[in-house]
Amino acid sequence: MIMTARQPTQIYTRTAIALHWLMAVLILVTFSVGLYMHGLHLSPFKLKIYSWHKWAGVTAFLLLLVRLLWRVAHRPPELPESMPVWQRMGAQAVHGLLYLLMIAVPLTGWLMSSAKGFQTVYFGVLPIPDLLAKNTELGNALRAIHEWLNYLMLALVTGHAGMALKHHLIDRDDILVRMAPRRRAIAKKERT
Amino acid sequence: MKPIQFIGLLCLAVLAGSAQAAVFNAVQLDKSRLSFTFRQMGVPVQGSFSRFAAQLSFDPAKPAAASAVIDADLSSVDAGSPEANDEVLGPQWFNAKVFPRARFVSSTVRALGGNRYEAVGKLTIKGRTQNVTAPFTYVGQGATARFDGAFSLKRADFAIGEGEWAAFDTVANEIQIVFHIQAASLPAPRK
Repeated sequence: MIMTARQPTQIYTRTAIALHWLMAVLILVTFSVGLYMHGLHLSPFKLKIYSWHKWAGVTAFLLLLVRLLWRVAHRPPELPESMPVWQRMGAQAVHGLLYLLMIAVPLTGWLMSSAKGFQTVYFGVLPIPDLLAKNTELGNALRAIHEWLNYLMLALVTGHAGMALKHHLIDRDDILVRMAPRRRAIAKKERT
Repeated sequence: MKPIQFIGLLCLAVLAGSAQAAVFNAVQLDKSRLSFTFRQMGVPVQGSFSRFAAQLSFDPAKPAAASAVIDADLSSVDAGSPEANDEVLGPQWFNAKVFPRARFVSSTVRALGGNRYEAVGKLTIKGRTQNVTAPFTYVGQGATARFDGAFSLKRADFAIGEGEWAAFDTVANEIQIVFHIQAASLPAPRK
């Protein structure tokens, strides 16, 4: 009953939940593909998978813009007051960094591709302009940056998911549940 | 006709005569380029050959007498990335160990009007010969001339990219060849 009373501020919108999980899937798939593909021997499949990776990255970037617009228009629920201030600050810092990485990772991927002399053509049809001209050294530097930003993102995503589980299993609060895809359906069922 | 006009005409005639005598026959390789563009997954990729030889004879007054032979050293290829450079020399692509060179030999050259010309000739890559037509422009400047042209070929006609590469869904069939040749006019060597 307490939960019901707090629901208006506690719940994420259905759109925010969908965007969050869509992004989670995109990040996991694109990251795994990226990790797998660069060790491949050159083949038509390698050229395809590189393109798919780039298209997924562009899609993630566009999805992020949608998420940011949605977030500006729909204030996310507050963190529970039961959390100590330092934890709340930590959570906000990680969320902020994750947003930064969701911008920086696709951007460095695009820049690195340009510097390596390969324009990104979205779905093989829509050419995205090259900001950088071909430059081998710059391409290698951007590759390293892209890689390390990804490892940083992996660490933060792991921490993010781990903390969500900790909230769910140890603190037993509703932090995880309120972002769960079935939250609205459950809420509806509870209300009826 | 006033004397000054006569002198003017005479000068023109001399200039025209010297221009007619200019046969561009000494290719300046360091100022010439042989490059190509192809598409992979819809992405245009630039490539080039850094080593090639060219024999040329072009007299703008007698374009029909012009001739050109261009030999590209395939091992000097830049196909866009180090791994592509290795791959493209292999047996499925150029098979450069067996066929180290690509060669173009002109058969006819004709004027298309203005500074535009057209070279028809035979292109041999990987042991296969095809007729190609390469339109080009000629810009003469004193004792040097620049020739810029382009034509496209179908890589399948030369079996460039066999086996797993034979389909065109990753690497397109059409390849654009772009050339920039700069040549000087050298007098015939005296004995």
